Amino acid sequence: MEIPTIVGAGLIVIGAGLGIGRIGGSAMDAIARQPEASGKIQTAMLIAAALIEGIGFAALFAG
Amino acid sequence: MQQFLRQFNLFTMQHKFFVTIMTVTLFLFNFNSFAQHNEHENESGEKSLKEKIKEDIQHHLLDSHDFTFYTDSETGKSTGFSLPIILWDNGLQFFSSSKFHHGETVAENNGNYYKLYHNKIYKTDINGSIELDSHDHPTNAKPLDFSITKSVVMIIVTGVLMLLLFGGLAKSFRKGPIATGVGRFFEPIIIYIRDDIAKPNIGDPQYKKYMPYLLTIFFFVWFLNLFGLTPLGVNVTGNIAVTFALALLTFVITQVSGNKNYWKHIFWMPGVPWPMKIILAPIELLGVLIKPFALMIRLYANIMAGHVVLMSIIGLMFIFQNWIGSSLSFFLAFALSLLELLVAALQAYIFTMLSALYFGFAVEEHDHEEAH
Repeated sequence: MEIPTIVGAGLIVIGAGLGIGRIGGSAMDAIARQPEASGKIQTAMLIAAALIEGIGFAALFAG
Repeated sequence: MQQFLRQFNLFTMQHKFFVTIMTVTLFLFNFNSFAQHNEHENESGEKSLKEKIKEDIQHHLLDSHDFTFYTDSETGKSTGFSLPIILWDNGLQFFSSSKFHHGETVAENNGNYYKLYHNKIYKTDINGSIELDSHDHPTNAKPLDFSITKSVVMIIVTGVLMLLLFGGLAKSFRKGPIATGVGRFFEPIIIYIRDDIAKPNIGDPQYKKYMPYLLTIFFFVWFLNLFGLTPLGVNVTGNIAVTFALALLTFVITQVSGNKNYWKHIFWMPGVPWPMKIILAPIELLGVLIKPFALMIRLYANIMAGHVVLMSIIGLMFIFQNWIGSSLSFFLAFALSLLELLVAALQAYIFTMLSALYFGFAVEEHDHEEAH
């Protein structure tokens, strides 16, 4: 039986969402613990989120 | 007396509220039935509406050979201007895209005949016949296309705009230490890119060499993203060819400025046992190519996906054709436009940031011996 590609797209979105959610949550924790480092944390968070997003999009286009 | 007034106020408020609810309900009901009636009338036309929206979205994502602002679907008349077509086909062919009549007719130039098929130019005979193979791809000859297309026009416009804005900003510093005019808005952004993107990622003495490129790429991508949100209907950064060229620039600059340390970390990673070095070399080499590839895909996919979702939601307005659905999709489209405004700046920031990060890898000096 052939699985429709839309199912794969859904799985990718679930995975990427979980990943970005974890990054965002951890960054929130880190900022709450050390508000003075929020600038650095935000930058690192954005880079990590962008990398996950890139993989997510690449998989979406491959699928 | 006071109590009476309060009660009266309360009553009028309740009354007003009730009247408002009634009016709104009546309106919704009225227009609902009106819309249903309409829908019933063109039941056969409904599917074609969905297909038309799909076609419009696909048309928007592609580059085009003429700049159309608005097309009246009833009369078929479109407002806009035609652009020059430049082809290399046994010599230079130069003519206006108005000869194509939006792809409906065959263009003739110096005895050669050309036809538009899915926004691409093919060489044909006088009747404009396009031969398709079994995969529905045309087998006609394709001349080399150097035309000034819609995207190229926008790139030139953005370039000129940036030249005027930042040239003016640079000139204003000759008069005094404070920027004048719109430069006051852009100066903090430039300082931000220098102090928060270039310096921490590249390192203090080396960052100066890369500042012009980083500033150019940031404002170029940002302005083109913003142009994509205007009703001009351009989609430049959502075009993979454009993002490919931008990523290629970052790739070339990284490789050219790579020092001994950079190449050593790729081919012979220091601080790991030698069997690991052999395994790591191809992985690192692949990583060199994957980095700009991810840059290209990220910008392209983000902008393209944003445009598709926004246009689909706007298209929903025409599918619903009632007060609830259409106003809902209107507010959704409005909220999404605001989000896209954020994404436009964020993607420009991330592109610049990652470019700076890669340049930083390339010029990093390891004076002190450290275990990796």
